[in-house]
Amino acid sequence: MTYRTEIVKQVVIFFAGDSGDGIQLAGTQFTNTAALLGNNVSTFPNFPAEIRAPQGTLAGVSGFQLHFGSVEIHTPGDAADVLVVMNAAALKANLQQLKEGGVIIANSDGFDAKKLKLAKYPNGVNPLKDDSLSKYRLYEIDVTKLTRTCLEGSGLGTKDSDRPKNMFVLGYIYWMYNRKLDATIEFIKEQFKKSSTLIDANIKVLNAGYNYGDTTETSMNRYEVKAAEVSPGTYRNIIGNQATALGLIAASSKADLTLFYASYPITPASDILHELSKHKNFGVKTFQAEDEIAAITSAIGASFGGSLGVTASSGPGIALKGEAIGLALMLELPLVIVNVQRGGPSTGLPTKTEQADLLQALYGRNGESPVVVIAASTPSDCFYTVYEACRIAVEHMTPVFFLSDGYIANGAEPWKFPLENELKKIEAHFAENKLAVGEKFLPYKRNEKLVREWAIPGTKGLEHRVGGLEKENETGNISYDPDNHEFMVKMREAKIQKIADYIPEQKFDQGKEKGKLLVIGWGSTYGSIKTAVQESIGEGLEVSHIHIKYLNPLPKNIGSIIKNFEKVLIPEMNNGQLIKVLRDKFLVDAIGHNKIKGMPFTAAEIKNKIVEVLQ
Amino acid sequence: MEIDTTTKLTAKDFITDQDVRWCPGCGDYSILKQVQTVMPELGLKREEIVFISGIGCSSRFPYYMETYGMHSIHGRATAVASGLKATRSDLSVWIVTGDGDSLSIGGNHLIHLLRRNFDVNILLFNNEIYGLTKGQYSPTSPTGKVAKSTPMGSIDHPFNPLALCLGAGATFVARSMDRDPIHLREILKRANEHKGTSLLEIYQNCNVFNDGAFEVFTEKSSKKEEALFVEQNKPLLFGENNSKGIKLDGLKPIIVNMNEGNISASDLWIHDEKDATKANMLSRFFDDVKKENHLPRAFGIFYSEDRYCYEDALQQQINDAISAKGKGDLNDLLKGKNTWVVNNLKK
Repeated sequence: MTYRTEIVKQVVIFFAGDSGDGIQLAGTQFTNTAALLGNNVSTFPNFPAEIRAPQGTLAGVSGFQLHFGSVEIHTPGDAADVLVVMNAAALKANLQQLKEGGVIIANSDGFDAKKLKLAKYPNGVNPLKDDSLSKYRLYEIDVTKLTRTCLEGSGLGTKDSDRPKNMFVLGYIYWMYNRKLDATIEFIKEQFKKSSTLIDANIKVLNAGYNYGDTTETSMNRYEVKAAEVSPGTYRNIIGNQATALGLIAASSKADLTLFYASYPITPASDILHELSKHKNFGVKTFQAEDEIAAITSAIGASFGGSLGVTASSGPGIALKGEAIGLALMLELPLVIVNVQRGGPSTGLPTKTEQADLLQALYGRNGESPVVVIAASTPSDCFYTVYEACRIAVEHMTPVFFLSDGYIANGAEPWKFPLENELKKIEAHFAENKLAVGEKFLPYKRNEKLVREWAIPGTKGLEHRVGGLEKENETGNISYDPDNHEFMVKMREAKIQKIADYIPEQKFDQGKEKGKLLVIGWGSTYGSIKTAVQESIGEGLEVSHIHIKYLNPLPKNIGSIIKNFEKVLIPEMNNGQLIKVLRDKFLVDAIGHNKIKGMPFTAAEIKNKIVEVLQ
Repeated sequence: MEIDTTTKLTAKDFITDQDVRWCPGCGDYSILKQVQTVMPELGLKREEIVFISGIGCSSRFPYYMETYGMHSIHGRATAVASGLKATRSDLSVWIVTGDGDSLSIGGNHLIHLLRRNFDVNILLFNNEIYGLTKGQYSPTSPTGKVAKSTPMGSIDHPFNPLALCLGAGATFVARSMDRDPIHLREILKRANEHKGTSLLEIYQNCNVFNDGAFEVFTEKSSKKEEALFVEQNKPLLFGENNSKGIKLDGLKPIIVNMNEGNISASDLWIHDEKDATKANMLSRFFDDVKKENHLPRAFGIFYSEDRYCYEDALQQQINDAISAKGKGDLNDLLKGKNTWVVNNLKK
């Protein structure tokens, strides 16, 4: 067999099939293997809304996009080099993602008359058999048949023999990219430890896929993607929701507080609950509440008792929590509210990504109700950002919104994880009774940060009552006094704005501090903006990039940064939300660039806009 | 070692400096008084006690108790208390709620708290009306109730709160009334003693918007005929000089005249708090008092069951996880299972 090995810097592979085809698993396995080899990686799983949508239909297509390389990688890639399709629907739904000249690996069994009809190809049309795919390099493999043949005599029934199809494909791709099978074999042994038959079957099929590449007369090239040159250190692979869970455990541990995490199942936030519930040996208390309101109010109860109360949801659930967020900010207790944003409004697009809950986080409550809002920009940044959310909540006695979204929550990247002693200490103090005889405890007396004390039940002599009614300054007693109310409203706002003194100033991600165009991003658009700006600067364009993590309060220097640029461009996966805030605060005539398709920006979409704005 | 020199607490130690602002004549005054009276007898430290309420007239209660307290939001006291108790099993947690707060807007949290059986006490002030919002019918108002929002009479069928709570898996269910301080104090103490969620419904008169809703049970002239006070291992007797009894005719409770025939106390239904079937039947003694031959309304402890508490099981899982895996090490957690090392060497 002759084939040549070509060295490439980066590759985008798109796996697609029925949601029951094991696409996510194959994608994740390849990701881990690539990461372990030292490649930079970025992934983007794209699920259908239904767990098992009708087989073979367009609605049932599950996708997993993986970008890996020896160069810097910040996005899952704009277009795929390789498209792996398990059936006709998977091809139809994703062909537009493939580069011209790209490789299609098609399971030919998924293109029978029935599957073609389900994918809504016209009668008699089979894209594998006409020349409609002539722009691409097509490799047909009857994965189903080869898998079944491989498992003949294994004792598995037909249905079970079909299941490891994903392993055949994975083995084949491993061959294509010159990868070892070890990590996946270890995974199979762990995953199926209850059945040696399944272990043997999966490993056999994985090897068969690899050998198929090695022995068949496919004139396909093999590729090699060398390890990336990244900063030295020890790395692991991390998914956004997992990073959020780890950040919460780390924060509770560094603050020496019990973590109480209460949530109601909702896509795409549930994985945080799943992850945390695995780590009870850290003293983590997880509570699957009866509804979204119980989730947040039980977290408030836990915070009142001196724990770190955290709740999480996505947009619709956050809407239900609104009244309780107001209570937490009146009580001035620590509370972290995680919003893994998804497409809205209403039920919207549960499995798709969007950044459309920024205004909800900032303003979505009755009355004047300021809270802190911070957003993560990449999967691993979820760790640091939620950690920071906990720090601010505890040290400033306030509810803090941590915004993530479906894109980074399910996406993965390599992470040079920190050591415990590299994490900033979180100062959590409970009030002690230092009252003189006859002196009354003042629960709403503030320190220089405008923060009240956290006096928890069990502390003798500090018995006091808190509640949602307006309270008198310092005493916390119920007050309807007009001047007091105005004072307290302004005080609560001042307390939040004061936090700007305790967060870092805004830094530039790229570009000069003065110039023609400033691109301002927040949240998960980071990778696309970074790549687009990098390319633009490379082509000599005068463009800079800042990415805002602290959305309320904003870093103190944002206004002065903006003033140094002729134009400001704000790309967002919404209909223009940060742009409203910045226009409001700085009277800046910023240009919006909005994508509301439930999908992240490609770098090209942002770069084209940069070029257009600079023309 | 510091010697505890605290003198024994009295009811006065539980009174705050805040003016009590319920309407004059409100049944809440009596309930507050009985709670403050009972508190020093419970053997608790004041700082270990937390009162949590939702919204409504009754929910002002925490402001008047010199303990820790939270006046939370409408319907959610039960959920707030769940989070507190889950993390602070050392505290004595009391929930003060009303019929609108716990059975309407907060109905969901109530039933889930009951099935989880956190060790907390719920004082459900039932006045069959919305008082704070000035007189709309509530989920316990009888059908036909004419109120501000129902000028032609309510068409809602009311909840039977205790039957609902038993159905939700409550482990302690009791009923008392604002106008019987001795009985109320006794049941409060028993509620506190019960390990698990204690649900105490208290009939409370709203003299402004629903005056006399329970007077047949509370007023001397009719109380003996209409109210049945149940006690453990005692026959169900009521009426003047205990002249009437309840007997089970198969599965049907019937009223018998103790002065007629050869009925003796041993023939009667003997109350047993541990008997779930009887507790359910007792909760169905819920007839309209205008109905002929209706059964009396029961007061006392209907049901009491020992069942594990959520907060203990939650802690047990943590202990088990620590035994199995060792106490969590943050560095190990951050590292995960698969890592790779990038060296400084350039190829």
